[in-house]
Amino acid sequence: MRLGGFWGLMAAALLAGLAFAALTNNEYYFFAAYAILQALIMAIAWNILGGFTGYVNFGSAGFFAVGAYSTVALHKFLPSIGIDAPLFVHVLAGAVVCGLIGLGTGYLTLRLRGVYFAIATLALAIVGQTFMNNWGYVGAAKGTSILTPDPPQLFWGYVSFSSYVKYLFVVMLLLSLMAIVISRYIATSRFGRGLAAIRDDELAAECMGVPTLRLKLISATVMGALMGVAGAPYPFMVTFVDPQSAFSLVIAVNSIAMPMIGGTAYWYGPVVGALLLGTAQEVLSVTISSELNVFLVGVVLVGCVILAPRGLVGLVNDMRAKAKRHG
Amino acid sequence: MAERILSVKALTKRFGGFVALDCVDLQLDEGERLGLIGPNGSGKTTMINCISGALLCDQGTIIFKGADITRLAAHRRTRRGIVRSFQIPRPFRTMTILQNLMVPMEYAVAPGARGGDLETEARDILDVVGFRGRANDNSGRLTQVDMRKLELARALAAKPRLLISDEAMAGLSSSEVDEILDILFKLNGRGVAVIMIEHIMRAVFRFSERVVVLDAGRKIAEGTPAQIVKDPLVERAYLGV
Repeated sequence: MRLGGFWGLMAAALLAGLAFAALTNNEYYFFAAYAILQALIMAIAWNILGGFTGYVNFGSAGFFAVGAYSTVALHKFLPSIGIDAPLFVHVLAGAVVCGLIGLGTGYLTLRLRGVYFAIATLALAIVGQTFMNNWGYVGAAKGTSILTPDPPQLFWGYVSFSSYVKYLFVVMLLLSLMAIVISRYIATSRFGRGLAAIRDDELAAECMGVPTLRLKLISATVMGALMGVAGAPYPFMVTFVDPQSAFSLVIAVNSIAMPMIGGTAYWYGPVVGALLLGTAQEVLSVTISSELNVFLVGVVLVGCVILAPRGLVGLVNDMRAKAKRHG
Repeated sequence: MAERILSVKALTKRFGGFVALDCVDLQLDEGERLGLIGPNGSGKTTMINCISGALLCDQGTIIFKGADITRLAAHRRTRRGIVRSFQIPRPFRTMTILQNLMVPMEYAVAPGARGGDLETEARDILDVVGFRGRANDNSGRLTQVDMRKLELARALAAKPRLLISDEAMAGLSSSEVDEILDILFKLNGRGVAVIMIEHIMRAVFRFSERVVVLDAGRKIAEGTPAQIVKDPLVERAYLGV
């Protein structure tokens, strides 16, 4: 993709999102779009470690939940010392906390490979859930409620939002675009080529001069930070957070399924997967039943693994290459 | 006299109770061609794993270009000039041939160098191994001999001062063996020291100036190819008589 094409597309997505926010008033649409964008950021985050680096991670829901809980804790703590923090402080805090946890857990688990690594990450997510279940300050197992703040006035009152949900949607849109830019930058950089070498053959990569442990740790940190970014606004959206829903397996499975369906080797794979699957899930939830969307993920994932093991992007690329070869 | 480039002293490596290498010494001069032979399981691959850093040795020291590298991580050794190829080719399968070469160029040789310059250099290396015009082939779909060549090409891209070639010729036909030998001679002509591990004696004896023989983790003989062929210990190790 040409450089101009990419930035043009990003600008178009931003403008379309803003126009949507300016012209629509039905809050449901913003809920739905928020859910899709949240999944998009998580898919991108998962793909940086799972797709680019080849370390399949089942703990993504854990990072997301820690991001959400960092907001819950800060939202409770900061007012108690007289500080009223805007949303971006919470997002930043979520990114830092989860980035550090990504680094720490990466240091513990990234010496393991394949199935062992996957199991270790799953175990760590359970450790996180157990911790939250017992941490009274953030509500422990019974959860905690958060009052939706008033929609903020930005730029000295020139920009205002009719509802907080709409504001959250715009924030999430910006964060999604940022995640896409980061992911694309990684994929096309020297760092990304190092990660690809690790994914293809870690020992060969190390012997070719790639500092594999350091690259894996950076990758885990970026993954964690982006997961935290996705989770931080979540409490304001749903207004009630408990460990059961924040650590939900559905969230974890979605963030794995979307990159797999889109294509893990490409920076735009998770974007394609999240937009298609996320939209389909929202539509199904409304038209048929909310249980069906979990079923949908399973069916589409199995279908993709069999028919398009390198994802939809890989499938389309293969088909184009074949068409080119045959004239 | 040429300068000493590698000096391995009393190298020992155990796997549990099994002693894979037992106090092995090895010296190599700048630009030298050394053959490392021995029966299966004699410790050849363990030896080069220890030298290249894929494994850390239990005892002993490894001095490379005057510096102690015994505890150094593998990627740092590569940056200093010790580069190996693998017995079973390990290409980066999702990458093209050219991209395979870019990995060591970007990471081992020139962190921060410009992509365009590196690409020209990579294409030169592809010419040396006979991959002209195939830079964009998918590396996962190569034939055996091409994979071996890619293994060597990628090692060359890391700009070695010492190349360790681990059975680059196993299973190849006689003419293919000559092709690989040609590449190694060309490389050595540029002043790179080479340790060749090989079972194909014709190739080892043609290539090496000096041969070291391992058996059951010990060095049992060392000398010119002519001396080694006549060595009774070597005969016994190979034929079991």
